[in-house]
Amino acid sequence: MKQHLNTLFVTTQGAYLAKDGETVAVRVEKEIKLRVPIHTIGGIVCFGQVSCSPFLMGFCAEKGVSISFLTENGRFLAKIQGPVSGNVLLRREQYRRADDEEAAASIARMILVAKITNCRAVLQRLLRDHPTKVAVKAVAQASNKMTTAIEKLRESAHMLDTLRGIEGESASTYFGVFDNLITAQKSDFMFDKRNRRPPLDKVNCLLSFVYTLLMHDVRSALEVVGLDPAVGFLHRDRPGRYGLALDLMEEFRPYLADRLVLSLINLSQVNAKGFSAKESGAVWMEDETRKAVLVAYQARKQKEIVHPFLKEKVTIGLLPWVQALLLARHLRRDIDGYPPFIWR
Amino acid sequence: MPDCNSIDEADRELIAVSSLSQYSYCPRRCALIFTEQLWDENIFTARGQIMHEKVDSADHESRGNVRLEYAVPLRSIKLGLIGRADVIEFHKTEDGWDVFPVEHKLGKPKPDSSDKVQLCAQAMCLEEMMGISIESGALFYGRTRRRLDVAFDRDLRADTETTARLVHELLASGLTPKAEYSAKCKNCSMVELCVPKTGKHVANYIEAMTRLE
Repeated sequence: MKQHLNTLFVTTQGAYLAKDGETVAVRVEKEIKLRVPIHTIGGIVCFGQVSCSPFLMGFCAEKGVSISFLTENGRFLAKIQGPVSGNVLLRREQYRRADDEEAAASIARMILVAKITNCRAVLQRLLRDHPTKVAVKAVAQASNKMTTAIEKLRESAHMLDTLRGIEGESASTYFGVFDNLITAQKSDFMFDKRNRRPPLDKVNCLLSFVYTLLMHDVRSALEVVGLDPAVGFLHRDRPGRYGLALDLMEEFRPYLADRLVLSLINLSQVNAKGFSAKESGAVWMEDETRKAVLVAYQARKQKEIVHPFLKEKVTIGLLPWVQALLLARHLRRDIDGYPPFIWR
Repeated sequence: MPDCNSIDEADRELIAVSSLSQYSYCPRRCALIFTEQLWDENIFTARGQIMHEKVDSADHESRGNVRLEYAVPLRSIKLGLIGRADVIEFHKTEDGWDVFPVEHKLGKPKPDSSDKVQLCAQAMCLEEMMGISIESGALFYGRTRRRLDVAFDRDLRADTETTARLVHELLASGLTPKAEYSAKCKNCSMVELCVPKTGKHVANYIEAMTRLE
């Protein structure tokens, strides 16, 4: 399979990135702290006050390495990328299907089957690993509800609104028992319900940050295969929103993001001291916590799994790219449906 | 990287000479590169790139009775082709110059005629541009470091014309032929973008993956 390349995350405030021969040099206070060969990285992500030389920008564009600028908290600001990749026929087909309610719904349906199946798998895993610790009954009930939703989705075609209804219900069922998945540091990491913008507790703060990282990866993957990340099937067009990236992200949320957040808490890789609350009740991560999350996210992306549809080994970090490619191939009518990523 | 972006808007109907050998190798590969605009830089293509950079770096030189021109732009209105020849050798003869195209290939001679078709297409472009006739050329293979002489006979010319017509039809259709998995897929640099083994089993896949154990 395609080689999974690292993302270079730069979180040191005041860092300056420059081209140095065939490498990216990271300078902090005029001292070179790190030098990375360009061919080993797939992308550079800069958090906060990090700047970049124009020569490096040109060099990265030429090598197909994207550079993204995010705020310290991970909100997307801008991105530097070479020429638009891919094929206008593919994008037109994407728009045509997005305009056709029935066609859009058939892709959205596959994505939601995968999302809810993956959510259920997270719950099932917990029931298997901690049968005594958890409120077995509630979690099992939630899992059963999701099975019903999956069957409903599998059986027949639905209108988009119906699909959104099923998805909304499953999400509230899932997050309704999510607190049970937290098996350590219980008093510090309580979860009531999903909230965001801003997150009001530490768990939501972690979830939001990891979703942002995932969003960034999925968006890049869509761009690389030549799809327009703004035009979705389940998520309809709204200026400034990456509808297709949000669509494709759904199937990865439980598998990649939620499990990562849970293991960070359950294995005590983060702790309560690494967060602070603002007057408004908004919860922020301290630098050290953010670094720990990034390291864990990177480490998880390096892991290899067998892709359930292709039956080939891929790194987890390549999954967004593989799914984007499969979606593009389906849109170009190579595959008779969109095969979403399902974890088991 | 196939240089199809540099084709002028006005020259849209001209297709790349290199697309002919891609088509002979695999029509789907040709469509993936030129229609889908997918191109995967891998070790093979990267090496090819380096080899071509060497060829492209000088523009001409002379060796005794042979003059060499590198990276020569080519075009044929008749075949609807545009491209570039790696090396054109001009051999001095008693009454002028013999024109002799040489195409550099990374690997070794292939069992199919794809490289010969590409070379013949180059020759046919030169014939049209220069108003001459060219009898033969050569393929130089990096792996064997051997030159293979190719005569532009009637069969090869007919083969080249047919291939050019088929590529025009393929690219004009905007369609990408379905994948057919075969032994050559293993060595194809596009295999990961092509995913030739996937097919019509999405419903079965969903069914199997959503079932509870």
